[in-house]
Amino acid sequence: MQWVDALVQGILLGGMYAQYALGMALMFGVMRIVNVSHGDLVILLSLIGISLASSFGLGPFAVMAALVPLALAFGWILQRAVLNRVVGEDPLPSLIATFGLSLALQNLMLQIWSANSRSLPGGGLESRSIEIGGIYIGLLPVIVLLVATGLTLGLDLMLKRMRFGRALRAASADVEAAAMTGVNPKSVYAMATAIAVGILGFAAVFQSLRSTVAPADGGAQLIYAFEAVIIGGMGSVWGAFAGSMVLGIAQAVGFRIDPGFGVLSGHIVFLLVLALRPQGLFGRA
Amino acid sequence: MTEVLSTHGLVAGYGDFQALYDVDVEVHEGEAVALIGANGAGKSTFLRAVMGLLPVAPDMVHFDGAPVGGTPTDRMVQKGVAIVPEGRRLFTGMSVSDNLRVAIDQSSRFERKGCWTLSRLYQLFPILEEKARTPVESLSGGQQQMVSIGRALLCQPRLLLCDEISLGLAPRVVREIYAVLPEVRAQGTSIILVEQDVGLAKSASDRLYCMLEGRVTLSGRSEEITREQIGEAYFGGGHAVG
Repeated sequence: MQWVDALVQGILLGGMYAQYALGMALMFGVMRIVNVSHGDLVILLSLIGISLASSFGLGPFAVMAALVPLALAFGWILQRAVLNRVVGEDPLPSLIATFGLSLALQNLMLQIWSANSRSLPGGGLESRSIEIGGIYIGLLPVIVLLVATGLTLGLDLMLKRMRFGRALRAASADVEAAAMTGVNPKSVYAMATAIAVGILGFAAVFQSLRSTVAPADGGAQLIYAFEAVIIGGMGSVWGAFAGSMVLGIAQAVGFRIDPGFGVLSGHIVFLLVLALRPQGLFGRA
Repeated sequence: MTEVLSTHGLVAGYGDFQALYDVDVEVHEGEAVALIGANGAGKSTFLRAVMGLLPVAPDMVHFDGAPVGGTPTDRMVQKGVAIVPEGRRLFTGMSVSDNLRVAIDQSSRFERKGCWTLSRLYQLFPILEEKARTPVESLSGGQQQMVSIGRALLCQPRLLLCDEISLGLAPRVVREIYAVLPEVRAQGTSIILVEQDVGLAKSASDRLYCMLEGRVTLSGRSEEITREQIGEAYFGGGHAVG
């Protein structure tokens, strides 16, 4: 029973990681950009959300409704103003740019919000749970998993069925050939980053509901997103989703073995995948 | 005849390496112009420079009478220049129809309308309709070339650039692909053909330019130019091309 419980909690935890990993997989898949500031953006959006909630007395879903458009706009501006200048065949310039952005964001957040930990009041949502066959399942983690599944499904459908999704896949396969077919790569990139950061608008609300956030927390979120994407296979949305589940389960099972072993167990699975199947569990060789 | 494209003293290159020296080429409406020359003569570089894939000064390339040198590639497509690139450059991981749809998605937003539709293209290349759902990487070379040509046509071009479309294909497939060009020209679309096969280039074009080491060494009406002249222009000496 204990292990079934660990499995269930792991999948629920994976729902949270999937919300980080989707945007990272999208940006890597389309532009070969590893966005080092990904975790800091989650924290920045969380802190903005917490301030919105306390200033205007907004509930968590009202905060989400405000945060997601803000995140979309922020991603679009980030790509147009910064990343479109450094994106290219060489991954190093964009890596350095996002690394610099990460440092700048952390210091900016310290300046505005101080180093204190904060969280978003959920009106009791965060502590409610349901019991199924002797296993207690938190309501919030279930919502997180459902939203993560919905986002993955939506992203996948957009990529396969929509005009913009086709342009994005074309640019991902061969950006020069896409331009030769009339696709404006810079607009496609701006939309891709807008979506990637927009998804973090959802993640930020859930992250600050389920635990506390502080300006220096971005690094851990980045690592989880990165590990999930590597485990699943770079650049595929369902791969990122599945990788998040594997990471969540590894951490939850590790935690049952020994509470100190939880996070480490996730890292070990990540390293094993990297060593034995570097293309990821669901990636093509 | 109205001039569609002209280059004036076009120079272009890659970093420190200059690949084109003062190239003057002109193409009129509905005309097919062949560009021949040995490997490394600058034919593909010329197409890349026209397509906005290499930095060139605005005045060096005129399209429809307006200076367009250095215009971003996607804007050139919007203006009416499409390319069948060397090596086909299909979108791997996507089906035949999705590859073609990328072009339709974009050209349907252009102000300029054209006559090419998916069904018309499938009439031209029936095999593509059969393979519509197949990923492009599992097609044969000839079929891939058809997708690449189809993708360019669905951009509704007024000028079509073809970069070695016969390369690596069986003679029967080459004939099948070249048979499409008259139909393209019948729409008033001009063509620039970069071709290694001199005989093929001559028969499919009205005029030809021969390039050597980044310069145009010979130009004239395709039917009037002799093999001896081409041989001299091709190699810069007194060789003949068999």
